[in-house]
Amino acid sequence: MFKYFEPNKIFSITSKAPKYVLFLFVIILSIGLMEALIFSPEDYKQSHSVRIMYVHVPAAWISLGIFSVITFLSVVGYVFKIRNFFLISKSLAPSGLVFNIVALVTGSIWGKPTWGTWWAWDARITSMLILVLFYIMYLVAWRIYENNDKAFKITFIITILGIVNVPIIKYSVDWWNTLHQPASINIFSKSTIHISMLFPLLTMTAAFALFSLLIFLMKYNTELIKIKNKGLDRL
Amino acid sequence: MIYETLLMNGYGLYVWSAFAFTILSFISLYVVVKAQYIKEKNKFIVKFGTLNPEKSAFAKSQSINREILSNTSNI
Repeated sequence: MFKYFEPNKIFSITSKAPKYVLFLFVIILSIGLMEALIFSPEDYKQSHSVRIMYVHVPAAWISLGIFSVITFLSVVGYVFKIRNFFLISKSLAPSGLVFNIVALVTGSIWGKPTWGTWWAWDARITSMLILVLFYIMYLVAWRIYENNDKAFKITFIITILGIVNVPIIKYSVDWWNTLHQPASINIFSKSTIHISMLFPLLTMTAAFALFSLLIFLMKYNTELIKIKNKGLDRL
Repeated sequence: MIYETLLMNGYGLYVWSAFAFTILSFISLYVVVKAQYIKEKNKFIVKFGTLNPEKSAFAKSQSINREILSNTSNI
């Protein structure tokens, strides 16, 4: 099954896909921005500041999702010795880091009018800050060790340590008394968010997911060309 | 209407700065990743050009190399 993930086989797809993904991203983002900034209603308590949710929440979801995928691929790649899974993980990390930073900065901007402070050493915010550090460590490890076996081992260890933080981020608002509000959207129980706010939130999430796919494809293609460059040197 | 959208009951500065930061982060990341892509691709094309005919023919036998050479501006 893993032979289908061989770079030689998928490059013809990954090299053509970015332009279509970019086109789709611009369309979905435009709809999402119109909904988020103009058409969605203001909150009865938070007024217009609630609109920050439409960038803050999708960014946080996607940064957590990307780190989980990176960990999964690193574990499978390490166990089954599939180098391409590490390459996919490496290509996902930059967008994960940027989404994590966006979640922290927009959360800080939202915190000022809502809590009266830019920053609090609250369990949710602190655990998100720790995730940024894991992303940085992960990317720095790739930069230092490049594409050798040591890099696979070290990045594997970083993801295993970092994934422990992911459930802490998710449940921090339930386990501790935090300034951060509990989740409004639940997969297994009734969500407390109105459809008029849920629609722009999901549209922006789709746009952000497309952006991370776009960056992933561009980065993955770059990594493949880098490998092929080394291959030409050896000819 | 436009004034209202900009000011947002006094929350405009917070809302617009959060959205502006997000969009600027996206643009920065896109530009950086694209620059890396172009740099690697140009390096590949230059290296390919320096190969002798025999090595060049061998390299061209790999489909991925042909794909890289054919997609000169694909994003």
